[in-house]
Amino acid sequence: MKLSAKHATLIVLVALVALAPLVFPSNFFYRVGALIFVNSIAVIGVVILTGYAGQVSLGQAGFAGIGGYACALAPAHLGVPPALSVVLGAVISGLLAFLVGRPILRLKGYYLGVATLGFGILVSMVLNNERELTRGPDGIEVADLGLRGLLKDVGLDLSNGQFWYFFCGLCMIVGAWLALNIHNSPTGRSLRALHDSEVAAGTVGIDVARVKLQAFVISAVYASVSGSLLALQNKFITPDVAGFMHSIEMVTMAVLGGANSVLGAIFGAAILTLLPQVLTVFADYEQMVLGLIMIVVMIFLPRGLLPSIARKLRRTGE
Amino acid sequence: MSELLQFLFSGITVGAVYALVALGFTIIYNASDVVNFAQGEFVMLGGMITFVAYTAGVPLPLAALLAIVVTAAVGVAMNKLAIEPARGAPVVSLIIITIGASIFIRGVAQIVFGKQIHTFPAFSGDEPIRVLGATILPQSLWVIGGAVAVFIGLWIFFTRTLTGSAVLATSNNRLAAQLVGINTKFIMTLSFALSAGIGALAGVLVTPITLTSYDVGLALALKGFAAAMLGGMGNPKGALVGGLLLGLLEALTAGYLSSQYKDAAAFIVILAVLFFMPQGLFGRKSTDRV
Amino acid sequence: MSAKREKGESLFAVEGLGIQFGGLKAVDNVSFAVKPGEIVSVIGPNGAGKTTLFNMISGVYHPGYGRVSLNGEDVTGLAPNRLAQRGMSRTFQNLQIFQSMSVLENAISGYHLQERGPVLSDLLGLPSSRRRAETAKAEAFEQLRRVGLADAADREAGSLSYGALKRLEIARALGLKPKILLLDEPAAGCNAVETEEIDHLIAEVAGSAVAILLVEHDMKMVMRISNHIVVLDHGEKIAEGDPASVSRNPAVIAAYLGAEAA
Repeated sequence: MKLSAKHATLIVLVALVALAPLVFPSNFFYRVGALIFVNSIAVIGVVILTGYAGQVSLGQAGFAGIGGYACALAPAHLGVPPALSVVLGAVISGLLAFLVGRPILRLKGYYLGVATLGFGILVSMVLNNERELTRGPDGIEVADLGLRGLLKDVGLDLSNGQFWYFFCGLCMIVGAWLALNIHNSPTGRSLRALHDSEVAAGTVGIDVARVKLQAFVISAVYASVSGSLLALQNKFITPDVAGFMHSIEMVTMAVLGGANSVLGAIFGAAILTLLPQVLTVFADYEQMVLGLIMIVVMIFLPRGLLPSIARKLRRTGE
Repeated sequence: MSELLQFLFSGITVGAVYALVALGFTIIYNASDVVNFAQGEFVMLGGMITFVAYTAGVPLPLAALLAIVVTAAVGVAMNKLAIEPARGAPVVSLIIITIGASIFIRGVAQIVFGKQIHTFPAFSGDEPIRVLGATILPQSLWVIGGAVAVFIGLWIFFTRTLTGSAVLATSNNRLAAQLVGINTKFIMTLSFALSAGIGALAGVLVTPITLTSYDVGLALALKGFAAAMLGGMGNPKGALVGGLLLGLLEALTAGYLSSQYKDAAAFIVILAVLFFMPQGLFGRKSTDRV
Repeated sequence: MSAKREKGESLFAVEGLGIQFGGLKAVDNVSFAVKPGEIVSVIGPNGAGKTTLFNMISGVYHPGYGRVSLNGEDVTGLAPNRLAQRGMSRTFQNLQIFQSMSVLENAISGYHLQERGPVLSDLLGLPSSRRRAETAKAEAFEQLRRVGLADAADREAGSLSYGALKRLEIARALGLKPKILLLDEPAAGCNAVETEEIDHLIAEVAGSAVAILLVEHDMKMVMRISNHIVVLDHGEKIAEGDPASVSRNPAVIAAYLGAEAA
């Protein structure tokens, strides 16, 4: 039986998540793995918006900030349980994306990039400035999700690191599954048609504005969930999660791995999450290296690392 | 009344800087259809390099000149290494490349210059000048004067010199310019050098007032872009007007509304322009040819 | 000068259509009609306004003035996707293929109106979503077979020859099951063999009662396949009629060859 690309990808991901712990030298790697998965979720959203539909957003982190602070503020101020706060954050992000997206997505190229950039920075500014609510740049504590405790009660005793590793891994796999479903579906085809030729897309009946908005809302939800998981995992969040650098990191991860490939996105997220961990001195050089990666990859490997490697392998195999 | 005047003075000063950054955007955009997100870093480099040279003992005017020349060289290098190889790439790629370049420059600046704030002495002293109940720093006059000089100089360059006309021709129709023998590669190099040099000059002039550090470039780039868009992307006259208007808007927001959100003024301007008047005040509407 | 035409059964009509760019009247007061199964060609020297006319009809440009009607309904200035919903489909002079998709996927995208459904259903990969996709895929494959590209179904669209891509665009356009098909220079850049293939394809499509509006420079092809020809020059209609009468029309000859040749 021929394995479809979608099933192959999912199998690879499940295997990776399940088997990687076997080679972990220490428990610290559970943390790193969880971080990779959390970043991957946001980056898969970028794949849908930029890779599939070709729309540039430099403000995705704004939605991550909303998701993260929803988990910080809703339990404390509204009495909403943390798990539901994730949903609340996603709903708010989706709604905001819908409202902001309608006018913004009429723009193209640079203008869209800058408009989304402006949006992200405005969110970040609000989170930084409204100290009464958010405690400002110092950050704010986040309540415990409580899921690990529940699992313990039914007999599954996981360390904090282990729990978050597998939980985020599961969320990432679900996120990947949704994105892969979309890719080969009618909606996916309209997104990809948009990417290649907006004019022709309209001609075959695609409501360009509506499809762009769909992609924007979906990617906002992905970013929001990613921000929520980050906040819950660290039990703490700062406005940096909504900052410009975070938006750029997301885009770079997507670009590095292959902006139109889910597996590539995860690959890119893994590389750029691991790099600072591996090179502890990297922190000072982070911006320099990030900038260099962006330039080099876009010039020499515009399709990203994974698709380019895959192509090379296919070519030598022919 | 004097309070309003005070805001106006600071608005025009910072507006002059935005106008110069916007002008830098405009020159490169006209030559290559690329929006250079690293524009703000050129301003940063202008201030930073002057500081380093001055602290090393170089007399201030020479240090400033050095800064402008070195930054222009950085601009040329950026064109050669990052922009030219990506000729014809889709907009998404170019955006990522120029943002990558700006982050790279910022990252290098962080390592070379450190994270501290730096400055150097004002050109003609710090004694504020009293005008109608408000004060203005002498350095502000340098900034405004410098901006005006640049705009006039460029106007003369574009309208009265052969090279300037070549730049205009290239921006109008690259292929046609090539066909009549204009070396478009050189024009690109020149545009980047000019753009970077102007940015550096802005940095040199304004650092005694605003001080500088490795990360001032981003906010400047965004505001310069907002100004360029407000005036009409690609129109030098628009860059000047857009910059001044934005500066005034920001100063008035800081003065009368909230100093915390004054930076938001630029973004609100961007969004407003994009939604209501995408071609800006002086720009032309464009249509896609299919 | 213009041949008599019965207005009654026309499927598609353009009345007094025009647009101005700055001071230039790119198209001025053009009117004509197309019946089901009829092949109408719009010809004229370079710069006559043919593509502008096309772009106005197909919603790419907003007409300055005038009226476009399809099936009795006023469709002037509607967006391309709304026109598609009403049965208008088109191809492009400089090819607007979906480069990142395979040949088959390009053809399937033509079935968008048929295969689209709730986003949630697609997101979750529900059976209804898969069924829609499978149906469209099967029909698209048939379309590819019709234009002779079935063998290339899984290849990257960008790897096809120019002539093949032109046929792919037509296959995509047919996915709509259009009532009228606009072909923008379908034979441009094609060699003799490719042109003949396109010829047959167009005739076959017209045979299934689809109205065809054609812009073309290849005079032999135009004369061969058209039922009716409309001639533009400097944005205005200077003649219309069947191929024979148009080819003898002195105004037409003058427009192409200059006044002395007439």
